[in-house]
Amino acid sequence: MSHAIQERPVTVASRPGSLSHARLPRWTPAAIAAGSIAAGIGIGLAAGWHSKIQWGMIAALLFVLITYGLTTKVEGSRQAKDRVATSLVWVCFVLAVVPLLSLAWVTISKGMSVLDGYFLTHSMNGVLDAEAGGGVYHALLGTIEQVGIATLIAAPIGLLTAVYLVEYGGGKLAQAVTFFVDVMTGIPSIVAGLFVLATWNLMLGFGPSGFAGAMALSILMMPVVVRSTEEMLKLVPNELREASLALGIPKWRTILKVVLPTAIGGITTGVMLAVARITGETAPVLLLVFGTKLINPNPFEGAQSSLPLYVYEQFAVGTDAAMARAWGAALVLIAFVMILNLVARGIARWKAPKTAR
Amino acid sequence: MAKRIDVSGLSAYYGAHKAIDDISMTVEPRSVTAFIGPSGCGKSTFLRTLNRMHEVTPGGRVEGKVMLDDENLYGTNVDPVAVRRTVGMVFQRPNPFPTMSIFDNVAAGLRLNGKYKKAELNDIVERSLKGANLWNEVKDRLNKPGSGLSGGQQQRLCIARAIAVEPDVLLMDEPCSALDPISTLAIEDLIGELKERFTIVIVTHNMQQAARVSDRTAFFNLAAVGQPGKLIELDDTERIFSNPSVQATEDYISGRFG
Repeated sequence: MSHAIQERPVTVASRPGSLSHARLPRWTPAAIAAGSIAAGIGIGLAAGWHSKIQWGMIAALLFVLITYGLTTKVEGSRQAKDRVATSLVWVCFVLAVVPLLSLAWVTISKGMSVLDGYFLTHSMNGVLDAEAGGGVYHALLGTIEQVGIATLIAAPIGLLTAVYLVEYGGGKLAQAVTFFVDVMTGIPSIVAGLFVLATWNLMLGFGPSGFAGAMALSILMMPVVVRSTEEMLKLVPNELREASLALGIPKWRTILKVVLPTAIGGITTGVMLAVARITGETAPVLLLVFGTKLINPNPFEGAQSSLPLYVYEQFAVGTDAAMARAWGAALVLIAFVMILNLVARGIARWKAPKTAR
Repeated sequence: MAKRIDVSGLSAYYGAHKAIDDISMTVEPRSVTAFIGPSGCGKSTFLRTLNRMHEVTPGGRVEGKVMLDDENLYGTNVDPVAVRRTVGMVFQRPNPFPTMSIFDNVAAGLRLNGKYKKAELNDIVERSLKGANLWNEVKDRLNKPGSGLSGGQQQRLCIARAIAVEPDVLLMDEPCSALDPISTLAIEDLIGELKERFTIVIVTHNMQQAARVSDRTAFFNLAAVGQPGKLIELDDTERIFSNPSVQATEDYISGRFG
């Protein structure tokens, strides 16, 4: 007891007032980060490790530990916990961003060498595996057509299902639909491909085509559209529905003219994310679209190609020229998805409820 | 245009829970009737039964009769959508449609119900906004979003939207509870003007407001929490606030509640 009383004045003396306390300067986290990275590299070099991942782990660990130690010493334990939490968030952020940047860098640096107007406008017709040249036109065309058809099938069905679940559902049927949508989310893409292969190609006897692939892709896309649209519709305030109904507007027009426009930004983003997801699918395309070196603009007849399938094929060939083409196609694929996302964001921003005066 | 409402033996339920019990009353045309009473006594629920909005709530169910002049709103072949065109509603929180401009908000009820010519719409929108005392404030920015207005302006926009479809009755569910005193005054003045054309029913927690705007006042109460709300008495506002016939009303009005 007396011990505690004796200790008190010491703590108070170190602080000018009870509400203020010593603070580390604002540049401290940056300085600690720089120091940790330097130390990580130093230790890594000294120990002779080749893996840069190990260097990074040491640096991250040092960053968190030094932050904790230094803050405890200067600012007190509560602030130390706060700073450790903050620095952990930063470490996780870096952990997430480093692979992303590294992937983008590798793809761009290896893919740029072949990417030009010729690459985008020519197919692989008559190009030998070991030979340089050729292009992705047939694959890009196939991807656009297959993804377009899949979206045309899945987006309306998914949208209407979500409208049913949010605006009309509530009984056993809605619960069952929700359950099966959840199950569908977990279907591996190869299973969706095999399903279409078994019914469309083997039972009904159709040959490989872009349309068959699109059907498998739409199976993968549908649950994503339903889920995201459902969440967006739930965000529309009930007051708006009531305001519309109270004006004597029928329910279907309320949904069409008030609920959907209010949520259209989020719905567009959701659909575009689903599109981005299926654009990179390889397995069902491999089974159902088959792949070809030629340009086939008709998605309903004969084999087509697609970008992920093209990457896979060229990688399997393995010659230097083919590897370069694989990286080039990967870059085109990433750019394609990115452009779609930017367009979706643009639409979402343009259509979002306006709040400006 | 304004019509008389005659309610008899009306009970409303949320699932198995009875929210209001056996209410009978008459609302006179071209007058303002105020509903007062403690929270949870079923004023709003009762109001929503008058334009069949109660059944929009999942589990909402109504028994009894609501006569609008000589037509039962709960008759067998009555279309709730048609009822709501005749009996308009203004809500507690201003709720303009966020995707629509000021003009489109006012025109919404008409446009989403059928085809109108542009010139005709222009007239109706101008008339409605003037009717809601909002025209002078927004006439230069009819194409700006409605959500950019202040709370009081938004509420008057919602009133304009409700009167644009030319209803016979206007229901108001605590229309001023989210507004500042100046906006409240604007709405109260507006109610005074609107009662020349419409039958108005207003739910309010503000007793002074009921005394200021209404011709007749109904007091609702509930026996205990979880019990259904009941109509205690309905009389001229002056009498309710000076010499009510039921002790509970006097207790509530003078703040000796419970």
